[in-house]
Amino acid sequence: MPTATTTMEAPTTATAAQRMRPVSRASEFAFRGLCLAMASVVLVLVLIVGYQLWRGAGHTFHRFGLSFLTKSDWDPNANSFGALPFIYGTLVTSLLGLLIATPLAVATAVFLTELAPNWLRQPLIFLIEMLAAIPSVILGLWAIFVLLPVLNEHVFPFLQKTVGFLPIFSGTSFGGYSVLAASLIIAVMVLPIITSVSREILRSVPDLQREAAYGLGATRWEVTRIAVLSYAKKGIFGAMILGLGRALGETMAVTMVIGNANEIKSSLFAPGNTLASVIASQFNEAADDSYRDALIAVGLVLFGITLIVNLCARLLLKFGTADAGAVH
Amino acid sequence: MSSDNPATVAVPTNRAPAVSSRVVNFPASSALPAVSPTDAVAIDAREVNIFYGEKHAVIDATLGIPARSVTAIIGPSGCGKSTFLRCLNRMHELTPGARMTGSIRLNGENLYDPKVDPTVVRRRVGMVFQKSNPFPTMTIGENVTVGLRLNGVRDKAFLRERLEDALRKAALWDEVKSDLAKPGISLSGGQQQRLCIARAIAVQPEVLLMDEPTSALDPIATAKVEELMNELKRNFTIVIVTHSMQQATRVADQTAFFYLGKLVEFAPTRELFNNPREKQTEAYITGRFG
Ligand SMILES: Nc1ncnc2c1ncn2[C@@H]1O[C@H](COP(=O)(O)OP(=O)(O)O)[C@@H](O)[C@H]1O
Ligand SMILES: [Mg+2]
Repeated sequence: MPTATTTMEAPTTATAAQRMRPVSRASEFAFRGLCLAMASVVLVLVLIVGYQLWRGAGHTFHRFGLSFLTKSDWDPNANSFGALPFIYGTLVTSLLGLLIATPLAVATAVFLTELAPNWLRQPLIFLIEMLAAIPSVILGLWAIFVLLPVLNEHVFPFLQKTVGFLPIFSGTSFGGYSVLAASLIIAVMVLPIITSVSREILRSVPDLQREAAYGLGATRWEVTRIAVLSYAKKGIFGAMILGLGRALGETMAVTMVIGNANEIKSSLFAPGNTLASVIASQFNEAADDSYRDALIAVGLVLFGITLIVNLCARLLLKFGTADAGAVH
Repeated sequence: MSSDNPATVAVPTNRAPAVSSRVVNFPASSALPAVSPTDAVAIDAREVNIFYGEKHAVIDATLGIPARSVTAIIGPSGCGKSTFLRCLNRMHELTPGARMTGSIRLNGENLYDPKVDPTVVRRRVGMVFQKSNPFPTMTIGENVTVGLRLNGVRDKAFLRERLEDALRKAALWDEVKSDLAKPGISLSGGQQQRLCIARAIAVQPEVLLMDEPTSALDPIATAKVEELMNELKRNFTIVIVTHSMQQATRVADQTAFFYLGKLVEFAPTRELFNNPREKQTEAYITGRFG
């Protein structure tokens, strides 16, 4: 057999090779060069942004030192800048948003991977992806016209009546514009990413783990608990951190509902500001250089926090999956 | 049983490994226990048919599996061994599109009665899988007792007692007794598989199903698990799927040969390998196909 194949193919290969164009070194070279150039553009952009942030922020940090991060008064008229209220606002809205979104997202992911019948799965996934595609500004408008009135007229009064003894649920409402409204909006915005990453994580749980639990006479819920969720818990934590990365930088919708107040208030019903929303809402009115530099410094702080959080997410996801791999 | 230790099975060098595994090195001196006619039937499967959508995977299988003995299911890959095994504890119901007709009785009780909950069936009929699958987030101890805890057992002393008993029965106690708080996946492959056996027997099932439990193990770990089966059959009815005929001859009291979804022959192991009644059985055990 092998000899027959060789004798039959030999002439064909020869002609084919003769008919083919010689390998073009020039096009190969151009292709590589072009890709390299395109990739460099991205790199250069990042460097430029980083440099601008650093230079602008430099003046501010030079003037205030680290107290820029710890001072809580932000008074452009008095030329005094402390970013603590925004750091606080960012952390509170992001964490609260995450706290609200995660149970929903994980439950949705569990439903999608473990329970949903096939015909329902794809439509649901599509809907969740649609949620991620809604422009931030549209969500903001929806919040202003629907969410804020509901919060103002029903939710806040109810919370005040029932758990109002807690400082976070006391105080007056300002038409619904509040840290809590921003947290809810953030929850809506990070829900899709946490859901889809969690879904991937749950899908990566080997069926053998599920069968181990079923084989012991576990019910569906028990299988989900002991075989699926506990196996996936690191990965789900990674998904949360990934969501946190999004939450920290969320700007447009948050700016529209948070009420833009430059102070730290214990009440979630009070307006506030985040690192992102203060830049968005005040940059246009920042007339003098020191004001503008202070806002740029706020940007640098946001950049730093986001970078660290994303790095942590990556590490967690990596080790989460590495662990899962070591199981077998 | 030294002559058929898996490490010493002679592999004829002129054959490909796949073929050589079909050559049964039947020990001449072996005193395999025959199925005694007084043995009670634990599992009574009648006219079992299993389908995956249109695919007819098991065709009209009828057999009675005796209690407190080891029954092996052999046959070429894809002949329906796993499918048949999995319908013995209704595990096949987890596969979308799988259907079963016929009846399976466990000690007289119909496992497919509409009133019977499949989770209860799986508590009575435990399972060990081809690849060991301890729960990675649980310790060795937790892995063994998880089935009991799922069933609402909270009594610490009782759990502790069952833990030791199951690990002893799985011949693992001496190796892990001081490491019970270590993760289950810190054990070696063979130990992990015995841990899974301990996990399955901790809930004291009536039947233990094993689907190629040693196919991922080295010869020494395999020998340990096989030895274990001999011990376990004093308390449990064991059904094992194996692709190794040597293994069937070593561990099984009776053997069922499946081919193309049909149960071709079911006989005491010795009889099936020494005097097969069916042509197909003979062809298979002499390595003419597989
Ligand atoms: N989930 C499934 N869906 C469709 N067909 C299947 C499925 N599982 C097994 N089969 C088919 O059923 C037959 C028997 O499979 P199986 O019981 O796994 O064989 P064995 O364990 O003997 O190797 C094979 O032809 C296989 O392709
Ligand atoms: Mg199989």
